[in-house]
Amino acid sequence: MTTPPFDEIDRRIVLATQEGLPLVPAPYAEVARQVGIDEAELLERLRRMQGDGRIRRIGAVPNHYALGYRFNGMTVWDVPDARARALGRAVGALPFVSHCYLRPRHPPDWPYTLFAMVHGRDRDTALAHVEAIARLLGADDLGHQVLFSSRILKKTGLRLSGGHGA
Amino acid sequence: MPPLDETDRRLLDDFQRGFPLTPRPYAVLGQRLGLAEDEVRRRLGRLHDAGIISRVGAVVRPHTAGCSTLAALAVPPADLERVAALVSAQPEVNHNYQRDHAFNLWFVICADSREAVGAVLERIADASGLEPLDLPLLEDFHIDLGFPLWT
Repeated sequence: MTTPPFDEIDRRIVLATQEGLPLVPAPYAEVARQVGIDEAELLERLRRMQGDGRIRRIGAVPNHYALGYRFNGMTVWDVPDARARALGRAVGALPFVSHCYLRPRHPPDWPYTLFAMVHGRDRDTALAHVEAIARLLGADDLGHQVLFSSRILKKTGLRLSGGHGA
Repeated sequence: MPPLDETDRRLLDDFQRGFPLTPRPYAVLGQRLGLAEDEVRRRLGRLHDAGIISRVGAVVRPHTAGCSTLAALAVPPADLERVAALVSAQPEVNHNYQRDHAFNLWFVICADSREAVGAVLERIADASGLEPLDLPLLEDFHIDLGFPLWT
């Protein structure tokens, strides 16, 4: 699958919309003005980027922590490399998994390759999600851990550098 | 902020994706929820000000507009505040979390290129005296459709 090139205008659109649409009656017209194109072109480009998957979704981005999801566990799994992709797709499809990624292992310190984020309003709910993933993986679970976040030290939206000051 | 009412919940749960790509999107939301356009904007503004939503905007696929990695450091507890502060101070670091594990500091670095990401890792290694675990994304399995909040 080839993705069309990401040009400077797309880049400016991503930056402008990532920070949030303004809460004015015609927000796209406002973003278009910032980017330097007209509203119709902006909407067309947003549709295209959403169509080819570069934009996952456009909508309200809730702050799960503020909504009471205080138990955010990063679960990490050591799974057989040959099965990692199939297992990743299965885990990523679970409704309570918000992100699921494959990452490299760094033995001996870090044997885990499959990362899945789970969330709960209490610790037991989050741990029940971990158990459900373990059941799904069965014998392919060669070892896992759950790392709960104890403090958010920094959290900002996507930063793109170049072309806009800092 | 007063407790969320049914309309707030619908604003949060029904519109995590599929935000209308039309010139007056808040009017379209209002039609679906039986609210006036300015009431939709007022409620979203209130949810934003209260920290319930971080924004109404686009969620972009990783690596669409640059390069990133997830990195971790195993920081001796006595040195944690110093190292956490120097990691957070890097402009390319957009998330930095403390986690309950020997690798107790987890952060995401976003930059224009793999080389630029590597330079930030090096800067952090030099300043902290610790070797970061570099865990770039190899594959992303989740189609992010938002997350049901009240099920």
